Amino acid sequence: MSNSQALTKSALWDWLTTVDHKKIGIMYLVAGAFFFALGGLEAMLIRIQLMFPESNFVSAQAFNELITMHGTTMIFLAAMPLLFGLMNFIVPLQIGARDVAFPFLNSLGFWLFLSGGILLNLSWFFGGAPDAGWTAYVPLSSAEYASTGLDYYVLGLQISGAGTLIGGINFLVTIITMRAPGMTMMKMPLFTWSSFVASALILFAFPALTVGLFLLMFERLFGANYFIVEAGGNVVIWQHLFWIFGHPEVYILVLPAFGIFSEVLSTFSKKRLFGYSAMVFATLIIGFLGFMVWAHHMFTVGMGPVANAIFAVATMAIAVPTGIKIFNWLLTIWGGRIKFTTANLFALGFIPSFVLGGVTGVMLATSAANYQFHDTYFVVAHFHYVIIGGVVFGLFAGTFYWWPKIFGYMLNETLGKWFFWLFLFGFHLTFFVQHFLGLMGMPRRVASYLDGQGLNDLNFISTIGAFFMAVAFILLLVNIFVSRNDKAVADPWDGRTLEWATPTPVPEYNFAQTPVARELDALWYEKMQGNKKMPVAEPLGDIHMPNGSILPVIMSIGLFIASFGFIYHTYWISVVGLGITLGCMVVRSVKEDHGYHIPVEEIQQDKEVG
Amino acid sequence: MKQLGRLLPLSALLLLLAGCGEVNLSALDPQGPVAEMQLSLIKLSLYIMIIVIVVVFVIFAIALIRFREKPGDTHIPKQVEGSKTLEIIWTTIPVILLLILAIPNVMDTFTLANVEADENSITVNVTAHQFWWEFEYPDHDIVAGQDMYIPTNTKILVNLEASDVMHSFWVPALAGKQDNVPGITNEMWLEASHPGVYKGKCTELCGEGHWLMDFRVISVERDVFDKWATNMIGPEQEPASQLAETGREVFQASCIGCHAVGGVGGNPASGGPDLTNFGEREVIAGFLEFNEENLEKWLRYPAETKPGNKMPPFNHLNEDDMKALIEYMKGLKVLD
Repeated sequence: MSNSQALTKSALWDWLTTVDHKKIGIMYLVAGAFFFALGGLEAMLIRIQLMFPESNFVSAQAFNELITMHGTTMIFLAAMPLLFGLMNFIVPLQIGARDVAFPFLNSLGFWLFLSGGILLNLSWFFGGAPDAGWTAYVPLSSAEYASTGLDYYVLGLQISGAGTLIGGINFLVTIITMRAPGMTMMKMPLFTWSSFVASALILFAFPALTVGLFLLMFERLFGANYFIVEAGGNVVIWQHLFWIFGHPEVYILVLPAFGIFSEVLSTFSKKRLFGYSAMVFATLIIGFLGFMVWAHHMFTVGMGPVANAIFAVATMAIAVPTGIKIFNWLLTIWGGRIKFTTANLFALGFIPSFVLGGVTGVMLATSAANYQFHDTYFVVAHFHYVIIGGVVFGLFAGTFYWWPKIFGYMLNETLGKWFFWLFLFGFHLTFFVQHFLGLMGMPRRVASYLDGQGLNDLNFISTIGAFFMAVAFILLLVNIFVSRNDKAVADPWDGRTLEWATPTPVPEYNFAQTPVARELDALWYEKMQGNKKMPVAEPLGDIHMPNGSILPVIMSIGLFIASFGFIYHTYWISVVGLGITLGCMVVRSVKEDHGYHIPVEEIQQDKEVG
Repeated sequence: MKQLGRLLPLSALLLLLAGCGEVNLSALDPQGPVAEMQLSLIKLSLYIMIIVIVVVFVIFAIALIRFREKPGDTHIPKQVEGSKTLEIIWTTIPVILLLILAIPNVMDTFTLANVEADENSITVNVTAHQFWWEFEYPDHDIVAGQDMYIPTNTKILVNLEASDVMHSFWVPALAGKQDNVPGITNEMWLEASHPGVYKGKCTELCGEGHWLMDFRVISVERDVFDKWATNMIGPEQEPASQLAETGREVFQASCIGCHAVGGVGGNPASGGPDLTNFGEREVIAGFLEFNEENLEKWLRYPAETKPGNKMPPFNHLNEDDMKALIEYMKGLKVLD
């Protein structure tokens, strides 16, 4: 074996077995970006089909599969992992920790997500993708009306959902227990705070999805009757379970994005976040109210006027803390020295874009009017304003902001600004007109629309906008490629928080000596005090690190295999697959693993090089 | 300038709200009290939201212009912690704005849920099937397919049911939607202020044919409605020609097992729409323009014409039988 082969093999092994939060973060980002591109491709096919009336670009069946997979992919396999990627890489650095609380679980969470995501997408090649919408309402998703695609949906989401739940618990424990000395909860950076609240939402929301998926799985695979009306079942229960998960999910996505905006706006205005404690409490209140409003997705399902009125008012209430956040951001840039970097352009572009999505949210919360909006393109426009204007803008802001820290080089600013303007323009062109399409009588999830209903022009405009977004995304990929030699310094943006106190590339152990956080924006505080370095809490010494492990990969493969057994009703395969996973759990439990120590000499050496 | 550019879409929005989309399909052009109530609520919410949008956009634009970094500027801005007064202001004002919206909304929500009958009201039981609509009039003992006839200026109490998967009943120009849920009966009401033909759509993803699951609500004067209801009961009129008579025989041999005419035939469990007044439809199968060519296409190739529907193909009929059948079906009328 040649030397280079040996090197590749060991590099591959290193990535498969790593429990380093930074490497796991990068793997989340790469996998998330892949699924983002896939979901984007599906979106383009959808918009091409809807460009002209009565089009036959794809069949109605294929269209239903495309919309289902677009939604499912973008939420579960793109937005969540991309946020998890940033959270994984950044949160431990921001709190001055050497890793997350449970490095092994962190790795397991990633591999479960990936195997669930791959499983779900394999449905394209084995009898067709799921076709009941990302919400998979019964009875359309039941065994009687949907083929194996829905089994892939149920099992794929179950596995990746377990990964998400594990990840959420891990972040909660990490943030509670591993903050650097001096960093009280009320001195944590906003991104860490919002990651914390989002993780708490994951902890309480995902079990509802798990339960729903289990019921659907048992019904589809083993003939249970939870949702079968003739057998005494009730189809609305699925919707409740789905949205008890599904609504908090919106906040699981958007709160970390809010955190990113808070960091970026503050850094590039050279001002501390205005109303920090108000921001923290607004985040907590949004997280709490997020659990009280799920039924606003179900105003037309027949809950009656009392429930509808209560959920309408509760939903409107969320506008208050969200408004508090918007005004605090405005006051953060007010009086600052605003630098228009690409990261900041996305953060600034977010404010008007998200406000438009927010106000349509209040309009939708108006239950009596919602009967007109519900399940039309008005809703499609609204949630894309929230998810793209909020979450995706946040991801792009975070990407440009943290890219130098994560990947060690600067993304090109000129290309970045082209990317921003094309994306912003394309985004509004695509989705603004959809508000009107909905009110003009276009239901959502229609595979096409008849000519002569006055819907042609706006659909055409919407598709043109989608092409702008696609071109913009390609520019981002070009940027990532052509900028790769532009080495980054440790603190390129004159940062305020602890991640910018680490060298670039960040060493395996993050901080040679655990820093002491004396104030909010700990690094900025030291800079203003004239200190070149963070004060430290410990002398230089050996650093205890966790060992890597291949078990998470094998455990995920075990569940992957078991799923195929379930989908094709060949249960011995499931037994084998589950056996592999359980076996790994036993091995993990009984094997002693004390980790290893990085000797102080090596750290000393790194320091001198750095 | 940037600020003006951002406001452009807003003014476009107001223009559009003034009336847009196809008449009798658009929720922006209401034709009855329910849709009117909903549009006025939509407008109220929009006006309140425009206040919010303008305030945010103005502060935003001023901040961007005044506080952008000028060349050579290296000053460190004052690190402001926050302001209690401001926090109170931007908490209280939104609460007031929301109350202005929430109160009429709660009132309207209860008004729309009031499905009590009055002396004139008519009840229609709407059952949604993949991918067509059945309208049963329990007071009149009739069943109609695809076209829902209602008398003008009359409160119509609608009971919604579904026979297979979930669907949703939406007639934008008359009323917002409610879902057809298997195993549950949902209630709503609507009313048309003028005679007219209003387009209805299924708004809950229900399978391949979802996008073609359209229907019509046809509002007619009371006397026309009474005539319609009387004639729908049957028996059907005698065919007008020899050809139609032959067509009737073809129909009775091939179609009547699933499709009732004049109260005869059909199959409640797995049948298709009642065809008693088929000759008076605007469209075939919910979407095809009504002409002989399309009718033949539909009868011969239903699966290709409307994917996912359950009608078997009748491509085995010979030319003569097909002609006769079409002639007969065109003559199925109750309002002549």
